[in-house]
Amino acid sequence: MYPEYMRPSLKKVEETRPRRLELQKSGKPVFPPMTAQEREEVLKKFHPDYRPDALRQVRIGPNKGELMTREVADLLESHTRIDPTKFDLSRPDFETDILIIGGGGAGCAAAIIARQHGAKSIISTKLRLGDANSMMSQGGMQAAVTPQDSPTRHYLDAIGGGHFDNKPELVRALTEDGPEVVKWLEDLGVIWDKRPDGNNYVLHGGGTSRRRMHSCRDYTGAIIMRTLMDEVRNHPEDITVMEFMPTVELIMDHHGRCAGGILYNLETEEYFIVKAKATIIATGGFGRLHIRGFDTTNHYGATGDGLIIAYRAGAKLLYMDSVQYHPTGAVFPEQIAGFLITEKIRGAGGQPVNRHGELFVFPKEPRDVESAAIIRECLERKNGIETPSGRVGVWLDSPLIEMLHGEGYIAKNFPAMYRQFIRYGIDITKEPMLTYPSLHYQNGGIEINERCETNIPGLYVAGEASGGVHGRNRLMGNSVLDYNVFGRRAGKYAAEYAKNVKLGRLTLDHVLNYEKELKRAGIKTDRIAPILLPLYTPEEVRKRQLTAKYEGTLR
Amino acid sequence: MSQKIAKKKMAKNPHLAVETAPRTKAMEKEEVAAVPTKMVTVYIMGKAYKVPAESTIMGAIEYAGYQIKRGAGCREGFCGACATVYRLPGDFKIYTGLACTTLVQDGMWLSQLPSIPAHKPVYDLEKLKPDITAFQQLYPEIFRCVACNTCTKACPQNLQVMDYIQAAIRGDIEKVMDLSFDCLCCGLCSIRCPAEIVHYNVGLLAKRLYGRYLSPRSQELELRLQEIRSGKYDKEYRKLIKMSREDLKKLYYARDIEEEKE
Repeated sequence: MYPEYMRPSLKKVEETRPRRLELQKSGKPVFPPMTAQEREEVLKKFHPDYRPDALRQVRIGPNKGELMTREVADLLESHTRIDPTKFDLSRPDFETDILIIGGGGAGCAAAIIARQHGAKSIISTKLRLGDANSMMSQGGMQAAVTPQDSPTRHYLDAIGGGHFDNKPELVRALTEDGPEVVKWLEDLGVIWDKRPDGNNYVLHGGGTSRRRMHSCRDYTGAIIMRTLMDEVRNHPEDITVMEFMPTVELIMDHHGRCAGGILYNLETEEYFIVKAKATIIATGGFGRLHIRGFDTTNHYGATGDGLIIAYRAGAKLLYMDSVQYHPTGAVFPEQIAGFLITEKIRGAGGQPVNRHGELFVFPKEPRDVESAAIIRECLERKNGIETPSGRVGVWLDSPLIEMLHGEGYIAKNFPAMYRQFIRYGIDITKEPMLTYPSLHYQNGGIEINERCETNIPGLYVAGEASGGVHGRNRLMGNSVLDYNVFGRRAGKYAAEYAKNVKLGRLTLDHVLNYEKELKRAGIKTDRIAPILLPLYTPEEVRKRQLTAKYEGTLR
Repeated sequence: MSQKIAKKKMAKNPHLAVETAPRTKAMEKEEVAAVPTKMVTVYIMGKAYKVPAESTIMGAIEYAGYQIKRGAGCREGFCGACATVYRLPGDFKIYTGLACTTLVQDGMWLSQLPSIPAHKPVYDLEKLKPDITAFQQLYPEIFRCVACNTCTKACPQNLQVMDYIQAAIRGDIEKVMDLSFDCLCCGLCSIRCPAEIVHYNVGLLAKRLYGRYLSPRSQELELRLQEIRSGKYDKEYRKLIKMSREDLKKLYYARDIEEEKE
């Protein structure tokens, strides 16, 4: 239930709704889309990445001297969790063809395809298999399938959305493999929303010039992820899943090739050595670093673990100065602050409006532009609505959707969203949602090429942990596609590579050297990374946690 | 112990959006005079803690000082990691819920389930038929269903779980798919089932069978795949990849946008 003081504003939204409905029905943009110059202006002034203190120089490692998001630089300038001298690497606990770090969408896709190319794998995952942002995507997956669309059009949309910073060969791989991924997933049993003629039902997303968002109601990620997990579990002879066993360092061989990792059992606190001919990092993103204090839409485990272990081993990062804020995270009720409100809501006709019930932005700008426009509406123009806890947001007018598509459309197409709000007495078929940008996606990551190779032989990266596919801004529906396209590619190319590689002597010298580099750079810190779990213990409790030595954020 | 903890001030959301909260003067004043948050007592695995009354169960556990390893995932009701069972004072019933979306109540006695023991038979989707034989082969125990409806009552998503098990018994794959579509695989149905059925894996099997065999196929998709295989887009890709940033920009901002209408 919305508090009484919001009623007048809600009333205004109702009053303007018939007019906005007519606009929407006209099929033309309900608000003028921004020009290139307007986009640039609003980004520079209001996007959090452009705040004067958002970035700082990282002082060590392969990207030394580069400006990065402050919290990422902190993550990179951290100590290791292990004492490398205590490990006898001549006696691995496990040996396999491919070590896959991360059990989300990219990791599972990689394992399935690697197996088809004759490679056995171990999936090391910090929480349970499928505990990943992949599970949470609601809106859909882009792929150019309709006759009026084409993969090259998808290419242009993606590269324009990314401000032309995307690596072209990666965008080609993404968009050209798209239709194949739609088919692959359907053959594995994913249930795409269909039109009566059997073709896939597709919608627009922010920044798309054609409707190409394929969906599974608003449980798209959950359906895809559970299908992939189930398929992984159908092959226990080839794929070994190790849950609650994050990889905390990579292992190299003396030729400088990646050769596996050190796994940590979160429960027994034991470490295990996994020797692998190839390694795939598929650890996802960093939303739980709560950059600039933002709420996040991300999974509990999204702490950027892959970034730091790869960086210590010498892998180059790309675009770590860029963070994606999803335009519409929930700000009310308090209990679901940060909760993702899928872009599909806007795709289906939902409109962001201010406290006067007025439109102020084209609802389908690319995410960074849309977010910046919402921040401007609240902070500069003071047209936001304040919540009792001091957050602020704009309305996302969902009742329009039912007026456009008929009664029952929300229940059928947005069951997750409806459920999430009705618990708190808000019926989104009758009342709008209150939203504000929420920390959503790591645009950059470990640099890869179209074969998912990094600058380290034997080290592959796929999914959100990688950098270059989306430039400095990802479009909706391209991350679901990303983890499938590049998960599959990583699986294939790593399996091919693993066939021929003969590993040399294993070493953790890179970890020791990194510690020396920290010292030489005069960096004094008690930070330990990968941090593995975020720390949500209240201050009052922490004051009484007086154990002499803790390791990072883990208790 | 609970008294001491009760002295804590208003629960500060540890991930409050600092940049998103431009407080007005009026709000600041209100805060000075803020009424203390209403607190309730919950028993986390038997131990009493005072927590803010409006907390979710997950929020309460973290407020009390636990760092969750098992029992937290997406924190938004998609992943099913946080299955929780609880009882309420003066009530004999066992209740079930997800810790991330269920609010605490005064006197709530709760335990999270760290994992659900459930079997998942290994199968080859290509060798199954989309009919009753798949269930007979892999999940014969569903035929033991006594139609007690406990699974439905246990479902935090309010799904008609028993109805989809009954549909599975009839071999109605589409019905199972539809009714189990929003399942989070939290396992609360299975842990309550007197017939020892693993409902959510049955639902998952039905969904995969439906997607693989029964869902209508897209002709548009087949055509597009043929085009890609024949190299239809190679030339245009090469052109786009070689294009200067300025030319790309021009092309991008000049592109037409497909209308919303069907």
